[in-house]
Amino acid sequence: MTFDFSTAMSGARFSNPILTASGCAGSGKELSQFFPLSELGAIVTKSIMVKPRSGRATPRMAETPSGMLNSIGLQGPGIDQFLENDIPWLKEQGVKIVISIAGETVEDYAVLARKVRGVPGITALEVNISCPNVENRGQVFACNPDTARDAISAVRRNIGGEVPIIAKLTPDVTDITEIAREVVDAGADGLALINTLLGMVIDTNTMFPKLSQKTGGLSGPAIRPVAVRAIYQVHAALPETPILGMGGVVSGRDAFELVLAGASAVSVGTATFGNPTAAMVIKQELEEICIQRGFQNFRDAIGFAHRAEGDHAE
Amino acid sequence: MDFPTINPKAQQFDAEVLSNKRVGSYNHMVFSVNEIASYARPGNFVAISVGGPGTSMVLRRAFAIYRATVKPDGQGLLELVIAPFGNGSTWLSNRQVGDLVNMVAPLGTAFGIPTEPVRALLVGGGYGSAPLFALAEVLKSRGCRVDMVLGASTAAKIYAPLEGKRSVSSLTITTDDGSAGTHGRVSDVIPGIIASSNIEIIYSCGPMAMLAAITNISKERGIMHQCSVEESMACGIGVCMTCVLPVEGEDGVVRMTRTCIDGPVMDGSKVTWTKSREVPDGVWGK
Repeated sequence: MTFDFSTAMSGARFSNPILTASGCAGSGKELSQFFPLSELGAIVTKSIMVKPRSGRATPRMAETPSGMLNSIGLQGPGIDQFLENDIPWLKEQGVKIVISIAGETVEDYAVLARKVRGVPGITALEVNISCPNVENRGQVFACNPDTARDAISAVRRNIGGEVPIIAKLTPDVTDITEIAREVVDAGADGLALINTLLGMVIDTNTMFPKLSQKTGGLSGPAIRPVAVRAIYQVHAALPETPILGMGGVVSGRDAFELVLAGASAVSVGTATFGNPTAAMVIKQELEEICIQRGFQNFRDAIGFAHRAEGDHAE
Repeated sequence: MDFPTINPKAQQFDAEVLSNKRVGSYNHMVFSVNEIASYARPGNFVAISVGGPGTSMVLRRAFAIYRATVKPDGQGLLELVIAPFGNGSTWLSNRQVGDLVNMVAPLGTAFGIPTEPVRALLVGGGYGSAPLFALAEVLKSRGCRVDMVLGASTAAKIYAPLEGKRSVSSLTITTDDGSAGTHGRVSDVIPGIIASSNIEIIYSCGPMAMLAAITNISKERGIMHQCSVEESMACGIGVCMTCVLPVEGEDGVVRMTRTCIDGPVMDGSKVTWTKSREVPDGVWGK
């Protein structure tokens, strides 16, 4: 019997559950030198904004134990140039495309959703709401149930019916299931868990924060237990809502851990910085582990850690 | 649209350590590689995975290629000069003969070689001298006169192997502490050499402050300046967006530009050298 590695998230179907993480795959072209992008379940693009963004000054990065801190500041060309230049090339590669968008205002999210609505061949839309809301003292949209809801509602009203919306949440909240419920109520079809955690490194030689922006997002294996916890909690609270899991996955074993917690698909981010072919290695290892554990269908493994004691894979 | 991407010759592979020798404050390491050795050009770099299985170091380390050669039997050799001061470079410098390390190479841009013989000045700061000796050989083979200035904080940090010196017409050393050569900085001696040797182009590699100082000198005199920049990188392959500098493009627009893709070798006059931890005004998208 052949193993069925395909998965789905609210109508978005993927031949396998390994995706890139937003902001970790460049334009796609860089990684295409190491493997065919069509081998991915999908490519998740960098989070694109309404206008071109220079991003932050350097230093933008600091390596940390089993991880890294980054403060890129969503550098990018803006939605118009992105749709004109990046998307046609990605379509030629035969890879499924998940566009990630980010806004500074609720209206930004509405504008971005309308722009994406007109583009054929987009598999899903990731809505990155872990961005400062300039209309609310810079508080991150995803840290507040009301602003999280407003951003997702704006996308829902403007995207039309065909493209599933995946809301990307930050774990830097007291109760992530509360935010998850709000955005699902507001029309999110799925959830991306987790974004980076806010952190800081101080250079003990200069005695200043190492990053130009002082704080940055922590990613890598150091945050994997946080991702597993968040995915597990949200899957328990909202078992019908598919989850795109991410956070420190560097091996098939790590991806499997997120799947057991409740992820329907897994994004690979920081691991790609250390190994350009990380996504392909993880994909192969995950398939092998699923088969070893007795699964004939990848989807049977999703949330398997939630089963009652004594249940088995068969 | 043809948007910039990584060196089309870049590959990922395991390379065996053939030798590892301590030279002053540095390690000179030779690796056995495949045909990529014939594609590497002076200025290109390599991104190396460090720490081994289960390591807590998740990012690659970038090193300028000291020399890449192909032996008559077809074996490729890649030579690096490692300054072991961080955990990653220390791990690498502790590899033994026969060990394998995972590399992605060759990456980045290379020094441009003039079509006509010119009088060139090569300036290296610390182990920034590493890519300059291979460049000197290429320039000399094209009939160029090559002068060289190497600077460091102290004598042990000057990297100037005997075989490397053969390709240069003159070598000037500067040290901050006066333990070797001229007491001072490379920028103190460069104007004199430019004048006495009628220098037409400067190639440089080293710390940002040094590159900025050389850019000022070269701009004042209308001399071309190709510099290899050192901005810290997480990936080396253009996906992490951490190694950016404000650089003016061919369209006159200054953008935050990836030094792993559009560099490390850049036209110094196009870089906005700034010590401030802010994006300079006028940068696209600020």
